[in-house]
Amino acid sequence: MNMKTDLDKAIEAAVERSKGDWTRDDLENIIREVVTNIEGDIDSVHVKLFQQIESLAKTISQTKKELASIRPDEIRSKHLPQASDELDAIVGATEEATGTIMDSCEAIEEMASGIGGETAEKLVEAVTKIYEACSFQDITGQRVSKVVKALKEVEEKVERILNAFGDEYKDLVQSEPQQDTAPKELTEEDLLNGPQLDHEANDKDEIDRLFNS
Amino acid sequence: MVDKNMDVLIVDDYRTMLRIIRNLLKQLGFGNVDEATDGQMALEMMREKRYGLVISDWNMEPMTGLQLLKAVRADNDLKGTPFIMVTAESKTENVLEAKKAGVNNYIVKPFNAETLKAKLVSVIGQF
Repeated sequence: MNMKTDLDKAIEAAVERSKGDWTRDDLENIIREVVTNIEGDIDSVHVKLFQQIESLAKTISQTKKELASIRPDEIRSKHLPQASDELDAIVGATEEATGTIMDSCEAIEEMASGIGGETAEKLVEAVTKIYEACSFQDITGQRVSKVVKALKEVEEKVERILNAFGDEYKDLVQSEPQQDTAPKELTEEDLLNGPQLDHEANDKDEIDRLFNS
Repeated sequence: MVDKNMDVLIVDDYRTMLRIIRNLLKQLGFGNVDEATDGQMALEMMREKRYGLVISDWNMEPMTGLQLLKAVRADNDLKGTPFIMVTAESKTENVLEAKKAGVNNYIVKPFNAETLKAKLVSVIGQF
């Protein structure tokens, strides 16, 4: 602040002294005087510092633009919840399938108890191995829960990024080139989404209705 | 010899695991098996009925298996109940923590029927 004031004073003094018709020498003197003052107040360390600050400001601005371009709001509101839903669906599907397998095992055990003898023993032995193998569902469920927890942490971090942006984020997003929202022809790649979550999928009756319409 | 008619309580938040343990116990001759899906529920059931054995998971909410174990060991009426932890937590610190809390034995998931039988024998005796 003080530096600017000194510079202003030097310029004002030089201009005051040179009022009236200016010769080439007058102009040269003014410039020399101002430059001398600048050199006195701003040394090479200051200049380097200013350059670095300017570079830092540019980097921050660029980073903000890049962060805005990856749409953290969509990551938080769309992609992460979608990933969590898919993982929950895995747990649900494996639990259901394991339940069906175990229903059948219990039925086999029941039948085995009616048969008796060596065959029954072999059946029970085989069923026991299936029970043991079914514990994969519990392990899978726990592992998936850990992944969901990790996703929640990512979600919280994204939330913090958005909070750090504040209202500035809206401006940055608006300044991003708009995605083309016009209807486009679906490619095969667009159609391949894999298994659908229950609330997104058509049931068999709806498929039949679509097929017969 | 162990009375196979004893009441056994199994505690796990995964229905599949409850069913697996129940069926394996049935194969071993233990037919009186009750189920709880977390430590709190198990503790309430234990206060209502005397169990000869508790087989519990560790990682459950709101009350974990370790909290259940500590609550059982701190309760004069329940502290003598044989307690086996069946869990995917296999780190040394987990095993030591459970041991410190008074667990009788520890089974790491996934496990087989032979392991379950061997641990049962070591805790409640030959059957």
